[in-house]
Amino acid sequence: MNCVLAEDNILHGTPLLRWVYELAGLFLPCWLSYFIAGFVIMFILVNAVLLGAAVFVWTERRLVGRLQNRVGPNRWGPFGMFQPIADLLKLIVKEDLIPQGADKIAFVAAPIIMVATAILMLAVVPFAKNTALADLNVGVLYVLAVTSLTSVAILMAGWSSNNRYALFGAARGVAVLISYEVPVVLCLLGVVIVAGSMSLADVVTAQAVPFILVQPLAMFVFVAGTSAELNRTPFDVAEAESELIAGYHIEYSGIKFGLIQAAEFGGVVTASAVIATLFLSGWAGPASNYIGWLWLLIKIGVVAFLFIWIRATFPRLRIDQIMAFAWKFLMPLSFINLMAVSLEVYFLRDSSGALTTTDLWIMTVINLVVFAVCIPLFGSLIRDKVRPAQLQPTARATPGATVQQAGGEVT
Amino acid sequence: MLFQEIVFWILAVVAIGAALGVVLIRDLFRAALLLVLVFVAIAGFFVLLSAEFLAVVQVLIYAGAISILLIFGIMLTRNVPQGNMANRLQIPAAVFAAMLLAVMVTVAVQTEWAGLTGDQEDIASFVQTSAVTNVSAETAAPALAVTDLTVEQHDSVTNAGLADLLVSDFVLPFEAVSLLLLAAVIGSLVLVRSR
Repeated sequence: MNCVLAEDNILHGTPLLRWVYELAGLFLPCWLSYFIAGFVIMFILVNAVLLGAAVFVWTERRLVGRLQNRVGPNRWGPFGMFQPIADLLKLIVKEDLIPQGADKIAFVAAPIIMVATAILMLAVVPFAKNTALADLNVGVLYVLAVTSLTSVAILMAGWSSNNRYALFGAARGVAVLISYEVPVVLCLLGVVIVAGSMSLADVVTAQAVPFILVQPLAMFVFVAGTSAELNRTPFDVAEAESELIAGYHIEYSGIKFGLIQAAEFGGVVTASAVIATLFLSGWAGPASNYIGWLWLLIKIGVVAFLFIWIRATFPRLRIDQIMAFAWKFLMPLSFINLMAVSLEVYFLRDSSGALTTTDLWIMTVINLVVFAVCIPLFGSLIRDKVRPAQLQPTARATPGATVQQAGGEVT
Repeated sequence: MLFQEIVFWILAVVAIGAALGVVLIRDLFRAALLLVLVFVAIAGFFVLLSAEFLAVVQVLIYAGAISILLIFGIMLTRNVPQGNMANRLQIPAAVFAAMLLAVMVTVAVQTEWAGLTGDQEDIASFVQTSAVTNVSAETAAPALAVTDLTVEQHDSVTNAGLADLLVSDFVLPFEAVSLLLLAAVIGSLVLVRSR
């Protein structure tokens, strides 16, 4: 009995699912093979993210140790490689507490939603040519939509814990999330304009020149914004240990805590995959018809290393510095990038709206100049606004202080 | 297809159950979370109707943004687990809600849903699913194969994508909404400004 996926099925554009479906359909009834095909896809997805998270945890701990001139976990397995397994076993056997007065349903659901969003984001990333698990034609928007669900989960965790520190952490985390959403979305607009499509597979094919060269400003803003959205160290006020103990996951223990950690580190892996696809031309590379997945893995590793490096290098920012960085630094930069890219595309495209490789190189030169001018310019503009910690309250109390601080005279 | 019907019924039960929960549950925070569930279930309906763009926008705007606003608002209210006290506007509100329901059901029942003829339906579904951005010939090819459009029809659709329609035929509503949003932004700045 042969099963053929109907052409109007939403998963018809997914070769892997179609292949499994038709193969299983040779032996099994169609509904069962459809179920198996979907299960295979989800199985790959879940394991890719969770295994990626485990590998990333080990890499991060070792690398941060190295960067901070200490050893890091090195006891079990070669170079301490089995450390994530030991951590997981410990977390599973620990007692799973639910605090008194907590909203039980929301408390249990929050870590699950966090992991689900981290996993779902990987579904639209193409691993190699024609190998995205679901090649949606609105892929870029889908990534944004799934990311925005994280904030609901963080608020659920913070509120339902019935703990003030958790609530503070959640409120801070959501404030950071929705502030950095704006520049990140504006950067993605630039990518979509040049690629001419929202499907991530088309974005990869459009990158005859990797977009890190075509739009260096967008790449910079996107990496900064993503590391803020992932709650990583320069921006991790949501779980600032010195102020809030652990932020929104303070009351979590056992496997729920493990899920939250898996969501955080798995989120870094999926975000690296998205960045590698959008800006580093994804699976494209020499012999990409055969080893496209290897190119993607290498690029994911490079971006993940960048995240670890940032984390090990910068100290934590204050909440007002984080907000100023988003609204006064990244926002104007992303607007400038969007403006430059749209003007360039408007003047360079041919009558059918397509861009040639030469056009991309011209854009690269212009945008690199814009990048080299804008970053120092806006950096010096914002420097006075965020540096002095003790001037912040006086600037608000007296109207003239801001003028004096900027070098003007109060009359 | 059988699967789509199963999924439809699951989504329908979830959406209606969660919507009832929003109204009936006293705990405001849980009601807000159930509202998020309703939004996500409605996004699921859009996926079932092959309108991925609408589904994604539904999740992005309603489940991701509006719900956060709601929850922040709820955090500022008193006695969240007890909910609001009943007041004398209960009966007018009930009457108004009943009237609104009656109007919406009437409209939904009386509209001729199968109003588009074959060609127009193909064009509409193509605009809905594919012409979100500037579609090049290669990316449009698979969608074209499905929808049996002629080349001229395809060109007319591509040239009138969602974005082009916004700044040509529907420029007045578009600008009106922009003005409204600008007014809201300025208003919020005025409200929270420290004196």
